[in-house]
Amino acid sequence: MQKTSNPAELAAIARRMRREVIEMIAEAKSGHPGGSLSATEIVVTLFFDVLHHDPANPKWRDRDRFLLSKGHCCPILYAVMAEFEYCPKDQLHTLRKLGSIYQGHPDVRFLPALEASTGSLGEGLSLAIGMGLAARLNQSPSRTYVVLGDGEIQEGQIWEAAMFAAKYELDNVCAVLDYNGIQLDGFVKDIMDLEPIEDKWRAFGWHVIKADGHSIPSLQKAFLEAAAVKDKPSIVIAHTIKGKGVSFMENNPKFHGMAPTREEAALALQELQ
Amino acid sequence: MTPVRTRYELKLGAATREAFGKALVALGETNANVVVLDADLSKSTYTAEFGKKFPDRFFQCGIAEANMVAIGAGLATAGKIPFVSSFSAFVLNKGFEQLRVTAAFPRVNLKVVGTHSGISIGEDGPSQMSIEDISLACSLAGFVVLCPADEVAMTRLVQAAAAYDGPLFIRAGRAKAPVVYSPDQEFEIGRAIQVSDGSDVTLIATGLMLAESIRAADALEAENISARVVDIHTIKPIDRDIIARAAAETGAIVVAEEHLVDCGLGVRVAQAVAETHPAPIEFVGIQNTYAESGPPDALLDKYGLRAANIVDAAKRALKRKR
Repeated sequence: MQKTSNPAELAAIARRMRREVIEMIAEAKSGHPGGSLSATEIVVTLFFDVLHHDPANPKWRDRDRFLLSKGHCCPILYAVMAEFEYCPKDQLHTLRKLGSIYQGHPDVRFLPALEASTGSLGEGLSLAIGMGLAARLNQSPSRTYVVLGDGEIQEGQIWEAAMFAAKYELDNVCAVLDYNGIQLDGFVKDIMDLEPIEDKWRAFGWHVIKADGHSIPSLQKAFLEAAAVKDKPSIVIAHTIKGKGVSFMENNPKFHGMAPTREEAALALQELQ
Repeated sequence: MTPVRTRYELKLGAATREAFGKALVALGETNANVVVLDADLSKSTYTAEFGKKFPDRFFQCGIAEANMVAIGAGLATAGKIPFVSSFSAFVLNKGFEQLRVTAAFPRVNLKVVGTHSGISIGEDGPSQMSIEDISLACSLAGFVVLCPADEVAMTRLVQAAAAYDGPLFIRAGRAKAPVVYSPDQEFEIGRAIQVSDGSDVTLIATGLMLAESIRAADALEAENISARVVDIHTIKPIDRDIIARAAAETGAIVVAEEHLVDCGLGVRVAQAVAETHPAPIEFVGIQNTYAESGPPDALLDKYGLRAANIVDAAKRALKRKR
């Protein structure tokens, strides 16, 4: 698969990746479709356009790194990694099955091309910071991107990490908040509101960039801006819709952690034609 | 292997935390990949020395252990050899989930050093005392767990830890520790050391309790009881051979540790004994309680962590011997 910066091509890829996500989760009969669909453009834009990476040399020291801190949304990551042949496409349907390399949450033991095992929320930003520090010590141009869930940043460790990254002026770390507004138990604003979210990150010393998380040009612009910021970590607050692209999943807390039935999946795939 | 300095009066040496700090600086000189993280206790854990010498490779995390552990895991994932350090009670308890998911489960090359273990920290009291860290560290699948008894053991085991590829925990103490080993003693991860031979009973110890066990063996000798002393400096993976041999050859065992008896070295020894040569075992340690403030020596007396307690336990074990 070739990289591209063409927004129309990237949008077409995103649509195809959404189909993969639906097929994988429907086949698995369990999983988290909503957050994979809200993060689709983010993951696609990063892998297909922004990240410097080389599937032929996955452990290239100076590669950019991608961490999915909200590990439950791994179907979109697996689908995109398979496009780049980091892992076999013809096994995507084994998601969550015994012995599959496509574990329910990202697991480096089964899929070494992953940068980290994630799944316990709140940890990915710290891991990304560790990788950013290592890149700085190595005088490497490597940048580390980490996708956080909005519910996830209710974890205290996120704010410990936020303080640390600002203190150490880690401009090679870029967080992306998938701000879809829904977590398992309901709407984020009801469970534990995050607002004023931009002020919070700014107060913690971060460069804050607001983006439309389903607009590829908006995301491209945000990542360009983040890369140009010096002496500060950046966070892209990507406003997204949970379940984006499938009408009956959009903004529906039910599809945070529930697989579509066969019938629902067929309907979803039709909508994503 | 030729041991050791036994049946001599044991002289106080450096605390194992201090030996750790020195060993880290020496490592820093020879290995540019070694980096150190601390959580606002670097003067107490002695990582401050490394920080002074190698400021670019020292990261002050503030009072945020969970973040420190996971940043360490990130550094290890990217090829560094991070040592993360704090009081044992904090780095293990507050960083446990991060140790489990970011270090143990992906098996990254993270070194975790908990100082101020046990109750011999003294006046600061039980919130700062780590009496369950052996249990917690051993419950991290794939972790190596080390508990050096003196400055020599700590120095050598820090070197071994850096050379070892995988997640590892080192338990260190605050109090000055009696010097048990001669400076040229060799240490290998996973291989316990028979400090002295004996035929009636074996005293198995770790950390500060090794010196107490050596003193206990001396006292038992005066009563014509021949006690073998074994130092389990590597609690996981435990040296089953030396334990099985002790059980078979002496037929009675005492385990002594500055840790809760419910979940520490003793239960691991008991498991090895049960699986090899069943024999009576007595346990010296902290009994299902938290300690209190006080001078370290007085605390060790009050909570039964002295040579005299080990002597009594040895006699109980001997009585049960068939």
